[in-house]
Amino acid sequence: MTFVARHIAEMPRSGIRKFFDIVNEIDGAISLGVGEPDFETPWAIKERGIYTLENKRTVYTSNAGLIELRREISKYLENRIGVKYDPGSEILVTVGASEGIDVALRAVIEPGDEVLIVEPSFVSYRPCVTMAGGVPVSVETKAENDFRLTPEDILKKLTPRTKALVLPYPNNPTGAIMEKSDLAAIEKVLKYRDIVVISDEIYSELTYGDISHTSISSFESMREKTVVLNGFSKSYAMTGWRLGYAAGPREIIDAMTKIHQYIIMCAPTVSQYAGIEALQSCDDAVMKMRREYDARRRVMRKGFLDMGLSCFDAKGAFYLFPCIKSTGLSSDEFAEKLLYEEKVAVVPGTAFGECGEGFIRCSYAYSIKEIKAALERIERFVRKLKNTDKP
Amino acid sequence: MEKDILEILEKDSRISAEEIAVMLGKPSEEVSACIKKMEDEGIICGYTILPNRDKTEKEYVAAMIEVKVTPQRDSGYEAIAKRIYKFDEVKSVYLMSGAYDFMVLMEGKNIKEISHFISSKLSTLESVTSTATHFVLKKYKDYGIIMEKNEYADERMVVSP
Repeated sequence: MTFVARHIAEMPRSGIRKFFDIVNEIDGAISLGVGEPDFETPWAIKERGIYTLENKRTVYTSNAGLIELRREISKYLENRIGVKYDPGSEILVTVGASEGIDVALRAVIEPGDEVLIVEPSFVSYRPCVTMAGGVPVSVETKAENDFRLTPEDILKKLTPRTKALVLPYPNNPTGAIMEKSDLAAIEKVLKYRDIVVISDEIYSELTYGDISHTSISSFESMREKTVVLNGFSKSYAMTGWRLGYAAGPREIIDAMTKIHQYIIMCAPTVSQYAGIEALQSCDDAVMKMRREYDARRRVMRKGFLDMGLSCFDAKGAFYLFPCIKSTGLSSDEFAEKLLYEEKVAVVPGTAFGECGEGFIRCSYAYSIKEIKAALERIERFVRKLKNTDKP
Repeated sequence: MEKDILEILEKDSRISAEEIAVMLGKPSEEVSACIKKMEDEGIICGYTILPNRDKTEKEYVAAMIEVKVTPQRDSGYEAIAKRIYKFDEVKSVYLMSGAYDFMVLMEGKNIKEISHFISSKLSTLESVTSTATHFVLKKYKDYGIIMEKNEYADERMVVSP
């Protein structure tokens, strides 16, 4: 007899979790496996958190979050993505963007609804859809398109039951971004269809080169059917503060707030005050981090190209997604062997969807020194593989 | 590009032009040329290190001296600044707004040495009308670098989504 519900028991464990257990057995491993910044939360933000604690602001806030914070979020969104959201009714402060994913899906999915999930992508979308009673449908993106979503990718998967699309750009794990023209093509497909877009833009501050982030909600026809998810974790190096937000049309945000009030009550109060500080005074800190990531990104990509692994020029997040097919190993084999032989942890691409096969995710949320040390080991590993291949 | 190169070199002046080129995605000849140009133009005045003297065996004391002067008719502050900064003992000289004119940074073996310099060399300069000396007890942070590193281990989980 088991007490665990069948649909939970049947839900596979995250591929990352499996890998995490293996990595933990290895002593002295260098990791390129993390999905969070190595920077410290900027001091101004921490200081505001401390001040908040000292002033006994340790009580609940309103369900949707502090109105001051929602006002700042509203200003920020108007500034960055050019979309106006009413702080009073169109913004919900969540416990990280992770909660936003869950609540947004629950707010729109009815049993049997199909949800398109762009893959490779973050590990939570699928299980969240399943738990909400929906049916996850993979939309696979391809290396030859630099892992951007194309209209053809979507059109193949549309059915009358398609209710929503999860659009995760800038993308974890590929580092791909969707530029305005890419989104315009997607908008054409969605314009006259009743499909909600859940646009996970948690890495929006981290785009490189001259390209700044564009949100699909900035298209007039999409604003009313897009829920924008974002948060403070990646941009302000605040992963542990658990602070995110959702912005969207009133009706959906209202529904999400209803769920949020029953399951969460409110996002952590200290974090909310700290979030106000982040939005008010930390643009420079974010810019500094972005520039540093950009330099690391280039160093790492050159490293992979030099060792003969193809790696597209990913312009977002803090991941590169080099192709390891030329080594003849699968993603899982590559990651595992690399770990045992050279003690470097990377995440197999398959942890993010089947179409991640043939790729590994390497994070550059590490100092250049650490990145170089890891690259050296990977290079040695790849060289060995290629030499033993020869007849 | 100058700004980007300066930013990288300010953090670590030992990084090579080739490495900077990779970091910025620029050809390395271009980066080398740009560094050379900045050196020639005096934008980059030198390369140095940032020692934490508290950790060395050598006796060491630093002082900041507020100096009031009478500016001279023809040369204003320039001539007097020069007379001060020419001394090897003097590490930095800034012209300041506010209650005094120059901030002079000095380093020496001990308090006595610095006092001696001030009383015999600095205060005796004609245009100097007064000085106020502040000895540095401890440097916490210098040029953006925190001296006593709290070596936090990387607290992040080794692998995370």
